[in-house]
Amino acid sequence: MSNKTQGGRATILGWIRGSLDRGELSAEQRAAIDSRLANPRRNLIPARAQVDHAAQVELFLEYLGAANGTFTRVAAEADAPKALSEYLSSQNLPQRVAMAPDAWLQGLPWEKGAPLLERRAGPARPEDQVGVTGALAGIAETGTLMLVSGPDSPSTLTMLPETHVVVLRASQIIGAMEDGWDALRKREGQGKMPRTAIFITGPSRTGDIEMHMYLGAHGPRRLHVIFIDES
Amino acid sequence: MPETAPNVGLLVTCLVDLFRPSVGFAAVKLLEDAGCRVEAPRAQTCCGQPAYNSGDKRDAKALARNVIDAFADFDYVVVPSGSCAGMVRKHYPALLADDAKYADKARDLAARTHELMAFLVDVRGVEKSDARYEGTVAYHDSCSSLRELGVHDQPRRLLRTVAGLNLVEVPDGEVCCGFGGIFALKYGDISGEIVRKKADAIESTGADTVCAADLGCLLNIAGRLQREGSGIKVRHVAEILAGMTELPPIAEGRR
Amino acid sequence: MQPTSANFIANARDAIADDNLQLAIARVGENFGAKRQQAVDKLPEFDALCGRAVEIKDDVLAHLDYYLEVYERAVTASGGHVHWCATVEEACETVLRLCRSVDAKTVTKGKSMIGEEMEINPYLERHGIEPIETDLGEYIIQLAGEPPSHIIAPAVHKTKEQVTDLFHEHHRKFGKTERLTEGEDLVAEARELLRGKYLAADVGITGANFLIAETGSSIIVTNEGNGDLTQMLPKMHIVLASLEKVVPTLEDAATLLRLLARSASGQEMSSYTTLSTGPRRADDPDGPGEYHVVLLDNGRSELLGGEFQDILRCIRCGACYNHCPVYTSVGGHAYGWVYGGPMGAVLTPALIGLAEARHLPSATPFCGRCEEVCPMQIPLPKMMRHWREQSFQRRLTPGRERLAVALWAWFARRPALYHLGARFAIGWLFRRARGRGHMRKVPFMRGWTLTRDLPAPEGGTFQQQWRRRKRA
Repeated sequence: MSNKTQGGRATILGWIRGSLDRGELSAEQRAAIDSRLANPRRNLIPARAQVDHAAQVELFLEYLGAANGTFTRVAAEADAPKALSEYLSSQNLPQRVAMAPDAWLQGLPWEKGAPLLERRAGPARPEDQVGVTGALAGIAETGTLMLVSGPDSPSTLTMLPETHVVVLRASQIIGAMEDGWDALRKREGQGKMPRTAIFITGPSRTGDIEMHMYLGAHGPRRLHVIFIDES
Repeated sequence: MPETAPNVGLLVTCLVDLFRPSVGFAAVKLLEDAGCRVEAPRAQTCCGQPAYNSGDKRDAKALARNVIDAFADFDYVVVPSGSCAGMVRKHYPALLADDAKYADKARDLAARTHELMAFLVDVRGVEKSDARYEGTVAYHDSCSSLRELGVHDQPRRLLRTVAGLNLVEVPDGEVCCGFGGIFALKYGDISGEIVRKKADAIESTGADTVCAADLGCLLNIAGRLQREGSGIKVRHVAEILAGMTELPPIAEGRR
Repeated sequence: MQPTSANFIANARDAIADDNLQLAIARVGENFGAKRQQAVDKLPEFDALCGRAVEIKDDVLAHLDYYLEVYERAVTASGGHVHWCATVEEACETVLRLCRSVDAKTVTKGKSMIGEEMEINPYLERHGIEPIETDLGEYIIQLAGEPPSHIIAPAVHKTKEQVTDLFHEHHRKFGKTERLTEGEDLVAEARELLRGKYLAADVGITGANFLIAETGSSIIVTNEGNGDLTQMLPKMHIVLASLEKVVPTLEDAATLLRLLARSASGQEMSSYTTLSTGPRRADDPDGPGEYHVVLLDNGRSELLGGEFQDILRCIRCGACYNHCPVYTSVGGHAYGWVYGGPMGAVLTPALIGLAEARHLPSATPFCGRCEEVCPMQIPLPKMMRHWREQSFQRRLTPGRERLAVALWAWFARRPALYHLGARFAIGWLFRRARGRGHMRKVPFMRGWTLTRDLPAPEGGTFQQQWRRRKRA
């Protein structure tokens, strides 16, 4: 296979250069592109994302709601377990969740705030009804949650259960997707990415039957954020 | 005024020449009222869109050169049609860009050429019409006027000053009527379906008259309304603004 | 699929006569069109973003060879593989080899237009592998055995009743015998059945909205989450993508993403925008063990540097479909191949040949709405005109039309003769109308008079009357 692939590459690159009526790029041209890639520049970022943090928080929650997401706002970390437990009751869901093996998330006072809640840490299983995760960030511009996969953050938790609950701190709210890239580069290094980075804006939906919108097509039917104002 | 009156060449357009000469005379009246001296050179025939849109670039270029020569000596060239004005303003310079003798002339003509409504309002500063027209009138934007030339407010501003006239907007007014020149003949089913929807939209306004600045759209819309037995009158906007509405509306017989 | 683009006129006629189809496609313009406008109005920077996006893609296309090399290096560095395929045959063979390398029996699929180009589903079926479409729209048309009719809403031509019938017929074998008529129930049943498929699949195949040179990532944008389940659960994730999907950096992708969902469905963002980079890492608790990108040319490299290069900027949002008076009259199947609407009218002749697809760029009234709403500012009408010029030069345009244009142009180039001829022709038409103002039938004008009358000429030409007035 690799031979054919090699051949395919040379052929296609040759065709591209032929159509563009040139040979390979010069060393300077290549260096210019390398530099562009090594020093990624932001393009235009909408003004609405570039407001102060308090306004970004409000914007995030507003757009989350507009995308059919829901949220409970609590004052402190210690209030999050109770909020989750109450949310599950309000939706007639069992007090049983699959939770990301994330140290901060696991370290919240679950026994105290949600004594009846059963928690299993790890990736989602088909029978799980509720997945609970943290997030890398919440993006104010569009009410979008940014999650990345990793040992403490299995990607199946975001997609397999019918209900996805995200516990998010106000300090995690950023203006735009570009702020998320910066955070990611800081974590992973320039040019490196985790296997999956997912931007979630509201629950799963489909418009494929007569363009009517139905929630819960394949991914979660509900997306709920437990929003902690102070961390 | 006479000493400053600009010389305007009227590019009549082949459709007006053949189907509705009164539109040409209405345009002449509006231009003369706006202080212009008007001539319609006999050397003009057609702007060349049928050839251009059929992919016949050679004939399109020949006809473009013909128009350029015919209108070489005018201060302005005015066209009672958005699509023919768009052809001259937007497409001639590109079409003749490689023509050593005509490239500059094409750009020059493009700069002197205006769609009638835009010319009256933007160039001559006309603010009102003296005409009277009793009725509820819908104005249809031709695609070329709207998108190639950016003409939208000018005809509406003038129509609003016509005594007795109540102007209404057509829903989804930015949608094409389906004319498209040869398209209407070659792909008659599709063109017919598009104009059917346009006729429905016009009828939904409750207007008794529909007008536009392109005879192509008007023949298409009038043909469809007539086929449906609709009583809506169809006229070129110049007829209404010039108060020249003695002639029966488009597609209607003499009473 | 065997293209039927050559039968465009007949396809269109059938489509116009199909009441169900007309109801369905009327929804496209009403829904997507209105929502796009609202989304654009809410983002004052929209036009400026379009301008920047065009610069990004133009830079990529001008240096496509190098960006692709950089992209491949990044994919390899993250543990993935890029397979360069010049043709759809090579691409299909590559996918099959990859599937066989993990003994795949079933393959789940996210929506991919490149997959449609490749006809990967029938190909895999012929070779004993079951492909299962997971996007609800794609799933519906897979059951129906039809190609997509819209680039982002593939089953938009199907009514709810038709979906009811399809599910009733095809789900019986899974023990689902109830005839469901509520949309909610239909969605739930598809969800339940496809859930088992995701978990059982050996390979997940998705498309890619963008490839990122900086990181070697592929991006998919979905509302359903089907693409995510498709790629995260099986052992192997295969991405089908064409060359021009590459963008330089994550920041550039962000700029294009701001345009994509807004232009497509009027959403600020689709529900899921997912970047995949390589296979699962050693300490990841889930994700696919292998990651392969099948990079397809299929004639695209030939478009570079020429009059059709700009179509390679297309981000497949479908805005041109939604705003096209032709598409919203005939739907997607009339176009006879994978792509429809204005972008299809430009791209299809390049991919399957002008001889087969010559009608597509001809069958438009040049209304210019597509170019106006295109976030990538692709001059679609101009490129349709280029195709018409090629049709004319290569004599693919029918002789009758060529003759008519040539004859008319011959006269039009001779003003004196033209005016004389015009007087005769218009006199004849005038007499034919007999004062009625309109005609129901006119020789050589059947295309016109089929659906509308021809208004009669007023009588006499302008030139004739103008000379008379000047003499007076």
